[in-house]
Amino acid sequence: MVSHKLYSKEGKPVSFTPETLKKVLTLIGRYPPGQQKSAILPILHIAQEELGGYLSVDVMDYVATLLNIQPIEVYEVATFYSMFYLTPVGKYVIEVCRTGPCSITGGEQILHYLQESLKIKTGETTPDGMFTLKAVECIGACGNAPVMQVNTEFYENLTKDKIDQILKDLQNKADLEKSPDKKWVEKFY
Amino acid sequence: MGRKILLKNIGIPGIRNFETYRANGGYHYVEKALKEMTPAMIVTEVTKSGLRGRGGAGFPTGLKWSFLDLKGNKPRYLICNADESEPGTFKDRYLMEKNPHLLLEGLIISSYALGVRTCYIYVRGEFKYIVGILENAIKEAHFHGFLGEKILGTNFSLDIFVHPGAGAYICGEETALLESLEGKRGNPRIKPPFPAYKGLYECPTVVNNVETLASVGPIISMGGVEYSRIGIGKSTGTKLISACGHINNPGVYEIEMGLPVEEFIYGDEYCGGIKDNKRLKAVIPGGSSVPILPADLILQTASGDTRLLSFESLAEGEFVSGSMLGSGGFIVYNEDACIVRNTLNLTHFYWHESCGQCSPCREGTGWMEKVLHRIEYGNGKMSDIDLLVSVADNIEGNTICPLGDAAAWPVASAIRHFRKEFEFHVEHPEIVTRHDHNGRHDLFIDQHD
Repeated sequence: MVSHKLYSKEGKPVSFTPETLKKVLTLIGRYPPGQQKSAILPILHIAQEELGGYLSVDVMDYVATLLNIQPIEVYEVATFYSMFYLTPVGKYVIEVCRTGPCSITGGEQILHYLQESLKIKTGETTPDGMFTLKAVECIGACGNAPVMQVNTEFYENLTKDKIDQILKDLQNKADLEKSPDKKWVEKFY
Repeated sequence: MGRKILLKNIGIPGIRNFETYRANGGYHYVEKALKEMTPAMIVTEVTKSGLRGRGGAGFPTGLKWSFLDLKGNKPRYLICNADESEPGTFKDRYLMEKNPHLLLEGLIISSYALGVRTCYIYVRGEFKYIVGILENAIKEAHFHGFLGEKILGTNFSLDIFVHPGAGAYICGEETALLESLEGKRGNPRIKPPFPAYKGLYECPTVVNNVETLASVGPIISMGGVEYSRIGIGKSTGTKLISACGHINNPGVYEIEMGLPVEEFIYGDEYCGGIKDNKRLKAVIPGGSSVPILPADLILQTASGDTRLLSFESLAEGEFVSGSMLGSGGFIVYNEDACIVRNTLNLTHFYWHESCGQCSPCREGTGWMEKVLHRIEYGNGKMSDIDLLVSVADNIEGNTICPLGDAAAWPVASAIRHFRKEFEFHVEHPEIVTRHDHNGRHDLFIDQHD
């Protein structure tokens, strides 16, 4: 079990874009009338991705309004499932599998190497807000161990060289997205 | 070469797309079932096939279906359990990724058999890309008239929805899954009432594993009796085994039930032997929750019979000298593997994943983790070993759901078969605290009790 903290309200108004809201309403419609609460997991996934990268109290309260349930019902759920973050995370969340098959095929070394490369401990975020490093339980890719996920993208059969390349690629990707010349880049490459 | 049923077509390029799938005989079974068979006939075929649940428990599928309450006016639900989270298991992911329409076919036929109008596929949250693959396959099936209102002109209508989880091992337990699907924390329910009477939204519900449901189409196609001829004894049909750990060819293999374990580990068409020509030390044959077996007991039963990949053969000797087929997550350990460290690792997993409802599991998994941690890190006492056995004993059977048992078995079996290795850790803290101590673990390869 993991203990979670709820942080105080930031008071910022939050809401989905009209397009997202439309999708969210379709998702709610997949469950019988009166059972709209069933849509909470898919909606929290979307909320986390589109409303700041983690579930702040304001975001959770907003989801409660959408589903017409009490805020506590959302907090209960958000604190139970390990894919929901209750504190801010980096742009890329690196989740290294630490369980059985990965650990015996080099997963422990991969985690150590990532700690060294990023100069942070497990659970921390780099000062530039780029990477958060986490050790997670089995992510169901044991045949390609050791494995990790970066924002739910699988990276498999990891080696130190591969880690170097992945970190470099992610850093480049982030730099391109920040660059004002993005459109130019898109045009020519 | 064994017979392939579930993975027969996965080599065909584009089989994930409806058109290719259809051109290769896909959805033929659905037509046959909906137009030529009554729901009761389908249940009978599945019962005759001897198909047993592929998620881990091995409960006969036909029997499970027969419990479904067909009397009331409440809607009935079919839930496909795709919350594949058992360490060492990655077969459902593979099946859904490579051949999503085979699963949809199974869901359509099963829903027809059970009088279901709405079906949910609960996919673990980490498999985000699988959600996309399934959503797309569902769209295709809708477009071609195999889902939605009045399928193929019959009176049968069905919708299938994908529901993502969010990272909780416990939601693979069927009642926890139902709680989660209702938008709550994944706390397992007390049974009875069983889901067949009160499941999703208190309505009659059947929950089946991906591989189980994907087998239904082929069963209808070949007939239950024909299917039951594949395999051995009460382990009928084929089984997906996901092999990982210290082997040359990790991956998902479809085997006919009854394949000798030795052939599976050393055969070139399967695991291809132990990596780097090392010696085999131990195997967990059915996902991390089932008892670990040392090399000699995984290859042969205590009475000297060849150990086979089947429900019965793997369970022979019960927990004294046997294990379970479980989910088919086959984890292989070579001579360098440290059983204490591995047991600590798995216990940490169960401690993390315990939902916290039942005290024996919530507290017991934490205690076992602490005690194993001090043994592994050179601070253990000899009495700690029996303490672990005692804690495991007190968890087993004393919890609402099987997670407690699943946490107790790896510890109890590791100590049962590798007690000397635990003792060595206690006696030689100077060696075990150095974490290059891997090389010493071959000492215990032939010395287990």
